[in-house]
Amino acid sequence: MNQSSSSSRNAILGRIRKNLGRGSGPRDAPAEVVARLANPPRNIMPARAQIDHDAQLDLFVSMAKGVAASVTRLENMDGVPAEISRYLAEHNQPAVVRLAPDAAITGLDWAKTTLEISSGVAGPHDMVSVTSAFAGVAETGSLMLRSGPDQPYTLNMLPDTHIVVVKTSQVVGTYEEVWSLQRQDQGRGTMPRTFLWVTGPSRTGDIEQTIQLGAHGPRRLHIVLVNDET
Amino acid sequence: MEQSTSPKFKQNAHHALHDASLQRALGRLKTGFKDKRLAAIADMPEFEQLRDTARDIKNHTLANLDHYLTAFEANVIANGGHVHWCADAEEARQTVLKICQDKKAKSVLKGKSMISEEIGLNAFLEKQDLKVVETDLGEYIIQLRNEPPSHIIAPAIHVHKEQVADSFRQTHKGRDINRPLDEPRDLLDEAREVMREHFFAADVGITGANFLIAETGTSVIVTNEGNGDLTQTLSKVHIAIASLEKVVPTLEDASSILRVLARSATGQEMSSYTTFSTGPKRDGDLDGPEDYHVILLDNGRSNMLGTEFQEMLRCIRCAACMNHCPVYGAVGGHAYGWVYPGPMGSVLTPSLIGVDEAGHLPNASTFCGKCEEVCPMRIPLPKMMRHWREREFEKHLGPQSMRFGIRLWAWFASRPALYGKATGLAARILKSIGGRKQKIGKLPLASGWTDIRDLPAPQGKTFKQLWAEQQAAKKA
Repeated sequence: MNQSSSSSRNAILGRIRKNLGRGSGPRDAPAEVVARLANPPRNIMPARAQIDHDAQLDLFVSMAKGVAASVTRLENMDGVPAEISRYLAEHNQPAVVRLAPDAAITGLDWAKTTLEISSGVAGPHDMVSVTSAFAGVAETGSLMLRSGPDQPYTLNMLPDTHIVVVKTSQVVGTYEEVWSLQRQDQGRGTMPRTFLWVTGPSRTGDIEQTIQLGAHGPRRLHIVLVNDET
Repeated sequence: MEQSTSPKFKQNAHHALHDASLQRALGRLKTGFKDKRLAAIADMPEFEQLRDTARDIKNHTLANLDHYLTAFEANVIANGGHVHWCADAEEARQTVLKICQDKKAKSVLKGKSMISEEIGLNAFLEKQDLKVVETDLGEYIIQLRNEPPSHIIAPAIHVHKEQVADSFRQTHKGRDINRPLDEPRDLLDEAREVMREHFFAADVGITGANFLIAETGTSVIVTNEGNGDLTQTLSKVHIAIASLEKVVPTLEDASSILRVLARSATGQEMSSYTTFSTGPKRDGDLDGPEDYHVILLDNGRSNMLGTEFQEMLRCIRCAACMNHCPVYGAVGGHAYGWVYPGPMGSVLTPSLIGVDEAGHLPNASTFCGKCEEVCPMRIPLPKMMRHWREREFEKHLGPQSMRFGIRLWAWFASRPALYGKATGLAARILKSIGGRKQKIGKLPLASGWTDIRDLPAPQGKTFKQLWAEQQAAKKA
């Protein structure tokens, strides 16, 4: 922080304190603020997502389809390469695929297909990407994607077609459940560089309020939902 | 943008009402936003409780704003980012410039940000020889047309596709001049292609922020196009510019407010992309920005705390108020003359640039109350517009004729017997002027009304007379 920012900081905080009617000097945060930050309470959550797990899976699929994503359900991970091959052929897309450098994806038996595969960040010429998800949220059919060494962020945005593999055990009802999982996984207060909620493919209504898919991000979002539960 | 034409609201509005192209564009508001909002809310039975929750979260945050801002700051720093506190627009502009200069940047990409409009960032950076490109399609269109946004979430809502095609033909050189650009799809595909080149050449990426999260030091953008994500990911530096009141305590609190944001704005259940960004790229990350900065802008907001305008700081910029406002629907956003149009602008603009400059705006209301009815944060917008009218009156800013008229009315109103007689007489006279059509086409001292439309003539007794009769009938 430079000097001017530091003096503005003090001036701004001073004005806030004075106008809130409690003197201009710093003061310890009240207990309710400390508690809220340390143990974030859950606020009201929609009833529609607080249902049994099978119903959550159905809701996740129907909500995702409602925002123009497509969804295929598979019984196991072994079927993923063939499904991706099928999807790309059906949509007349190139059989050249950029994979997230994630063992769960790169370790699949891609040789069974005719797909040309590579892994890493996305560049300007990558047309199809395959990534894995941290979670799926039934409430709105949203995918929860975290950036990290095995999930380069550009894969979510640059290719025309984005394919996401999510497991049934990863699908939860609400966003609040995702935050609990995030804290369990990386620790309280910790976030990756980017935590992205994806709800359908990229779109815009900026020209005459006509909704068009594929604005600057993917034109197509395909979700492969793989059963990993008995 | 800093320069306003708000003092000329009346002329602006008059001009807008006669602008056929604008009127055609405004006609799309209903099916574009209003119907979709209704449908989305119908699918969410808890919507009213969610509004209460959203309001309570922001009230709690504002009451503890210093604590949440310092917690936010500490967490940004802990994650390797930088926070810059800026008292006003000039300090914010200089801070952005310094970051660009330190990185020896030549090009700046922008995601959509109303704060950058508020501080006039583009024009300033361009004067410093930086190339600035807006990446949101609507913002890009108005940048090419050298116009300010006319709506806070649909900046080019006043522009027709033919006008977009003209701008593209003029700007995108080296393409077939006769290429088809008739449909929105053609235009979008060309914009997508052009923008890709910009994305890969950017040094600094600037976005706004819908939320700042104290718990984690995170900034959040809510978008549909994906341009904001590419802007902040492919640039070497990500700068998020936000005003103070964007802070919320926790991830859960942001999620609660997100449930009312898109539904109120575009009628979506959730926008395509909700992006939580925390610090620069991490060890081992293969992409992402090297540096992460947050500009925290005050620009008059801290002085709204503790006043009758504090509740305005709950605003989440969804635009529901303007989408439903009959005045906005008639004149569009440019008539308001500054960055924020519609009811939220009529309350916020006088707070930020002064009631002497923006006094017309809180008067540009029919007080139908629709804005408050649809506001997801339950901001009492009409009440606040009345507060501004009071301030304007106290400062003698309105026209002399209005003061005279109010004084005359007050004189009559404080003499009930005389008032009753005078209004009874006026009603009869107006009825006879109205004639068989029961409409008045021209009335002295009321040309502001009758030049545009007929005044319906009173059809009988005054309210006081009817009231007295009804009371008498009850007793009988």
